[in-house]
Amino acid sequence: MKRKTILDAAGIQRTLGRLALELAERLQGCQGAALIGIHRRGVPLARRIADKLNEVEKVQVPVGSLDINLYRDDFSSAGTAPVLRGTQVDFDIEGRTVVLVDDVLFTGRTIRAALDALVDLGRPARVQLAVLVDRGHRELPIQADYVGLSLNTRREDHVELHLTEFDGEDALLLETQITAKEGRP
Amino acid sequence: MYLLIKNGRVVDPSSGTDETLDVLIKDGRVEAVDKKLEAKGAEILDATGLIVAPGFIDMHVHLREPGYERKETIATGLAAALAGGFTGVCCMPNTDPVNDSASVTRFILDRAKAASPVHVYPIGAITKESKGEELAPYAELREAGARALSDDGKPVVKASVMRRAMEYAGSLGLLVIDHCEDTDLAGEGSMHEGTVSVRLGLKGIPAEAEIIPIRRDISLARLTGQRVHIAHVSTRLGVEAIRAAKKKRLPVSAEATPHHFTLTDEAVLGFDTNAKMNPPLRGKDDVEAVIEGLADGTLDAIVTDHAPHAYEEKMVEFDRAPNGIIGLQTAVPLALDRLVKTDRISLKRMVDAFSCAPARLLGLTDKGRIAPGAEADFTLFSLRKQTCLKAEDIQSLSKNTPFLGMKLKGAVVAVVIAGRVYPAR
Amino acid sequence: MNWRHKHLLGIEGLAPEEITLILDTAEKMAEVATRPVKKVPALRAKLVVNLFFENSTRTRSSFEIAEKRLSADTLNFSASTSSVSKGESLVDTILNVERMMPDCYVMRHPSPGVGQLISGFTKASIVNAGDGAHEHPTQALLDAMTIRQRKGSFKGLRVLIAGDIAHSRVVRSNIHLLNTMGAEVTVCGPATLLPPHIESLGVKASTAFEEAIRGKDVVMMLRIQLERQTRGLFPSLMEYYQRYGLTEERLKLADKDVIVMHPGPMNRGVEIASEVADGPYSVILDQVENGVSVRMAVLYLLLGGGEDVSAH
Repeated sequence: MKRKTILDAAGIQRTLGRLALELAERLQGCQGAALIGIHRRGVPLARRIADKLNEVEKVQVPVGSLDINLYRDDFSSAGTAPVLRGTQVDFDIEGRTVVLVDDVLFTGRTIRAALDALVDLGRPARVQLAVLVDRGHRELPIQADYVGLSLNTRREDHVELHLTEFDGEDALLLETQITAKEGRP
Repeated sequence: MYLLIKNGRVVDPSSGTDETLDVLIKDGRVEAVDKKLEAKGAEILDATGLIVAPGFIDMHVHLREPGYERKETIATGLAAALAGGFTGVCCMPNTDPVNDSASVTRFILDRAKAASPVHVYPIGAITKESKGEELAPYAELREAGARALSDDGKPVVKASVMRRAMEYAGSLGLLVIDHCEDTDLAGEGSMHEGTVSVRLGLKGIPAEAEIIPIRRDISLARLTGQRVHIAHVSTRLGVEAIRAAKKKRLPVSAEATPHHFTLTDEAVLGFDTNAKMNPPLRGKDDVEAVIEGLADGTLDAIVTDHAPHAYEEKMVEFDRAPNGIIGLQTAVPLALDRLVKTDRISLKRMVDAFSCAPARLLGLTDKGRIAPGAEADFTLFSLRKQTCLKAEDIQSLSKNTPFLGMKLKGAVVAVVIAGRVYPAR
Repeated sequence: MNWRHKHLLGIEGLAPEEITLILDTAEKMAEVATRPVKKVPALRAKLVVNLFFENSTRTRSSFEIAEKRLSADTLNFSASTSSVSKGESLVDTILNVERMMPDCYVMRHPSPGVGQLISGFTKASIVNAGDGAHEHPTQALLDAMTIRQRKGSFKGLRVLIAGDIAHSRVVRSNIHLLNTMGAEVTVCGPATLLPPHIESLGVKASTAFEEAIRGKDVVMMLRIQLERQTRGLFPSLMEYYQRYGLTEERLKLADKDVIVMHPGPMNRGVEIASEVADGPYSVILDQVENGVSVRMAVLYLLLGGGEDVSAH
């Protein structure tokens, strides 16, 4: 087992800054757009991107949070029920461009669940996806519109994002079974 | 023809004997009790390390036949009695038909004789069909072999009927046994009324439902001058009332069951229907009082109230389940483990409660003692051997007991009935 | 903290954190009802069997809505339509339904302890929806959710439960819950409806309503059943109302921020005056609404096992 820091706090800030600029560019200033973070780590990321947009574009983009635990597709009865964090979307998503925000894009199952959860809240004009890391190994035909970092990983590796909000520090970590060499992008 | 029981510790409260002796039996009767007896050609039973007591008699058993053979038959019930160390049992009349006639009494005795060496002393009904109204034909019942009378399962509600029953039965020398329960006050209760019933939301039966009829029966004993025997006493109030009556030399006797001296109402906490009985399992203080009552002889006899019920009858909602548990195979080990081992009662008193007292109450003059001329019925048991009842060991047709798998110090080793040896399984 | 019980047979024995987890989950579930699509697929393909051996339109409807909002399949089985009326035993009923592969039983039954009885015969989870006078855990939980919404916490809260204490499963579940969460409970009713030994559950008991209500933060009124009168437990409904009815006058004796609760169905003019039931202190309809959320939470926690996908 080997643990390696892929991004430190400054690296994460830079990556989020770039994501915000991309969003502003592609959404032409983000008027009528909204960010919805997926629990847990997508939520602070969405907030940070919104803050950056506010800094750069002087635009207030509404931010919501989405709990997708009620939309999972692993209907095994094994294990205990995940703790619900709650969905909070205090604005109407009807007709908006909604950008879903998550930390790590992996199998795509979380995003599938998030899309189901989202359409139950209304009918957005467009849904896009922003992720901090795309680590590959998709199991569903899903891809992100905005990617902070593409990371080559083995399936059994662990990619972990630490955020000050939960973990006391900002860091993107990669845990590999054997060597870390092939893991470099 | 001869049986010689060697080196046993003979405990016979009727004569005060408690020493290592040999017992010689000839043709089903005791020939001699002494040290170092010899008899040529006699069958030898080595009782070294065992207690040899006069045969245990259970005064309160439900054999269920005729009518409820799904729960128990005379044959299976007596097999359980034999395995449990009993040389004799009294069977309650709440069969179908009720044992309120010579023909039912004779049927039971015939069946029993064909099935088992265990002596059966049928108890006839106090009233016809145990309906609490008209007296059953006591003389006819006695002639057929009944030894006592009871409407067990139900109380005799009317004081006037109870009075006449005691008067008439007394003149015939029959013991009247009353199931003391104020059924109106007990209402729909399915357990003892106390802190556990309030917690479980089960309707309770207050201790007063037992003491009110006990007091009435004591009053009637005074009025009639005739004997009355209080079945399965479960409360401190009951024990104290009987103790006071005995002090006044009123002809009152009583009995207690192993479950009432071992278990409290807390056994109901998991809603186990094998903790449902009537009278219900009571509080800690009541259990204490029952033990004290047994210790000082206020409660004369230990009885099982062996009440078999089929699996499907007990596997129901608690408040719909029938009352009672089987008890024949656990009574002696429970008494040894919970009363004798703990020094709550003496070994002598325990033997008295299982043997001499029932023989005395039932007028069985040749039983309940080990002396020349007495019938050769003995219960042989060990204080050291452990009993742990497993389902496959149960001889009863029904398995409703909360004592399964319980490790108890003390075990029945063999019974001798009319000079024949029956080793415990 | 995660949920670790297979069944919810009662409140007795639950830890404060477990109760809080259910209430927190219920608050999250409440949000689902505010959406255009009031339904989530959390329990898709789960079969919930509602076994009602006693009439209860209210509790059954509440459970059914909760099940439907979570996309469970439901089967309603009531005593009158079932083989129970033909004499089949409860255990046999369960053994039969068991072969339909249910994931959960929601059970209402007049006998205390039936959950414990059937738990030996099923692989499914069991939610006790009321067993005789024993427990009714989801009622206590929805009451707690309502109290928490209004009062914030339970610590030191003075709660009065008044009415037919003896025959009430709601009382027992509420006593266990409120005691566990640190509230002080007083029960009050006519002596004939106050069971002996009730204090052993950790409550104060009183027959004097006007004394008992003094300074209380929460007043919970229980339904009085007419049959109790015919069985001689109190002389008349009118006398009951005069001694124990919650009137505006009496309510003034309580804390100024008191809330009034009732598990329903109400007998207006027997245990509660209409002005109080419909008045500003009443949270009775909130209780009904919270019932669905609490039942969704319980079903989700019992049946929604799986990986926490939002954690990575």
